[in-house]
Amino acid sequence: MSSNTRSTQQHYVAPVEETPLVAIDAVKAEGKPSNLWRDAWADVRRRPMFWISAAIILLVVVVALFPGLFTQVPPNNDCQLSNSNAGPAPGHPLGFTKQGCDIYSRIIHGTSTSLSVGLIVTVLVAVLGILFGAFAGFYGGWVDSVLSRLGDIFFSIPYILAAVVVMSVLSKYASIWTIALAIGIFAWPATARVLRAEILRVKNSDFVMAATALGVSRFRILLRHVLPNSIAPVIVITTISLASAIVAEATLSFLGVGLPSSIMSWGNDISQAQRDLRTAPQTLILPSIALSVTVLSFIMLGEVVRDALDPKARARR
Amino acid sequence: MAGYILRRLLQAIPVLLGTTFLIYFMVFAMPGDPVVALFGDKTPPPQVLEAVRERYNLDKPFIVQYLLFLGGIFRGDFGVSFSGEPVSDILARTFPVTLQLAAIATVFLAVGGILIGLISGLRKGGIFDASALVVSLILISLPIFVVAFTAQYIFGVQLGWFRTTVGSGAPIQDLILPAMVLATGSFAQIVRLTRASVIETDGQDFVRTAASKGLSRRRIVPVHILRNSLIPVVTYIAVDFGVLMVGATVTEGIFNVPGVGRTLYQAIIRGEGPTVVSFVTVMVLIYLIVNLLVDLLYAVLDPRIRYVK
Repeated sequence: MSSNTRSTQQHYVAPVEETPLVAIDAVKAEGKPSNLWRDAWADVRRRPMFWISAAIILLVVVVALFPGLFTQVPPNNDCQLSNSNAGPAPGHPLGFTKQGCDIYSRIIHGTSTSLSVGLIVTVLVAVLGILFGAFAGFYGGWVDSVLSRLGDIFFSIPYILAAVVVMSVLSKYASIWTIALAIGIFAWPATARVLRAEILRVKNSDFVMAATALGVSRFRILLRHVLPNSIAPVIVITTISLASAIVAEATLSFLGVGLPSSIMSWGNDISQAQRDLRTAPQTLILPSIALSVTVLSFIMLGEVVRDALDPKARARR
Repeated sequence: MAGYILRRLLQAIPVLLGTTFLIYFMVFAMPGDPVVALFGDKTPPPQVLEAVRERYNLDKPFIVQYLLFLGGIFRGDFGVSFSGEPVSDILARTFPVTLQLAAIATVFLAVGGILIGLISGLRKGGIFDASALVVSLILISLPIFVVAFTAQYIFGVQLGWFRTTVGSGAPIQDLILPAMVLATGSFAQIVRLTRASVIETDGQDFVRTAASKGLSRRRIVPVHILRNSLIPVVTYIAVDFGVLMVGATVTEGIFNVPGVGRTLYQAIIRGEGPTVVSFVTVMVLIYLIVNLLVDLLYAVLDPRIRYVK
């Protein structure tokens, strides 16, 4: 130390209270430890977009579970052709479809269809995506090659086209389950890719090496250490895939290869209204609005969650 | 570079085999006998049925059918549709239309998306940026057929600016409205990608250097910021070109655009298995080739990519 200072030079030495050391010492070690999820929640809580989307999603879920709370008009049995494409009437705030059914009631009762398809697809995509992505990323080598090429195959078929083909094959068995299967089977590679990339990044971390050194088995390392630390992007993409699944169901029903007309669905109603676009646009536009608002709320939630879980994106904002 | 191209080409082969097999398998499992369906409500004599089956190889086992089909592809022969027209002829007729549609949509995407993304990025957090975010979220949420019908109703029926259906032999300006609708799906992505890229570039040292040299903002923005922000955007637009070409089924159906998408959809509805397979195979081929070209383009634009595995 003394070798670097000239004997003539007086150095100012700040008292320790004025140095940044004070700030470092002042951090309370016994406070709640900060982690990604706590930070994310703190970030999310402050954003109005989160509360708006959460409120809409809550409403949609309640409507799907208890349609009876919102309308007493039966959606199917009360249709009178004399009301075909008629405007609003007392007790029927949104008017009637071409078949003379109450539009409001059909929108309310169609909610559970969209939501169920969305949820089933999301679970399917998450399970397949996590299985394929985790094994490919963690084990690498030939496992990675086989699983990734398999994913490429499913990824390179545009999934609406694929679902159209699957639904034509399964047309006799068309139901909420088959349509979810048709969409989910071709939608998982995106999730698998995201997770694989994240696992490749995480598996070289020091804590993984530490666990290996402690003799933890490979599978247990994957399950307990790597996966929980690389799941954040999967949660983001899953929220968005829920929205895409709802759109895909509507698109398939719209194309005429989706749900049978006996199942109430926004896509079916939009499909049936398309020929009356010129004369009765409201029969098409009202279910479209219900569909779009639901999708929008899930996409908004996905946005907020993405921003919260990706510190880089937060800095950019 | 040559090694990189070779490796990418080799990687494409198993994907191509897998996709064609998967599609062929699914169509093979389709219910109903397409040969019987071909005759409508008439009952043809069994000899005729037999002859048709033989002609289209439908009497052979699945794996033989698939191999025959695959062999045909390598010779540029995509089979014959049930109406008797070679699939390659149908493609020759419909593909240019789809190509035009995708090209116009890409122009909309590139010009509009980059412009709005640039302004958003330069005025981060401003009113323009905030409204662009809201509009792009709404555009992502709207299913393509909702956008198509709304556009058809507002611009076609109410305002009468465009014709609502295109039909065959229509002039190219009739494709503008369908192309705009097609572009809405990816528009938001381009805007956001450009915005993020511009914000990142704007913070770079060379931009600060340019400013401290006394260059005006009007010169810095196009020359220093925009050009350096465009690499990921150009790549995305190129990939999207492939997506637009194969993803136009709904748009082409609604606007009656005589392209590949509408033909494919009609073939699915009629249960014309081999035609569906041919079209989907061609689409997957296009998609894979576009992706391959994009990867190579990316390697040319950004030499760092070549050395990363």
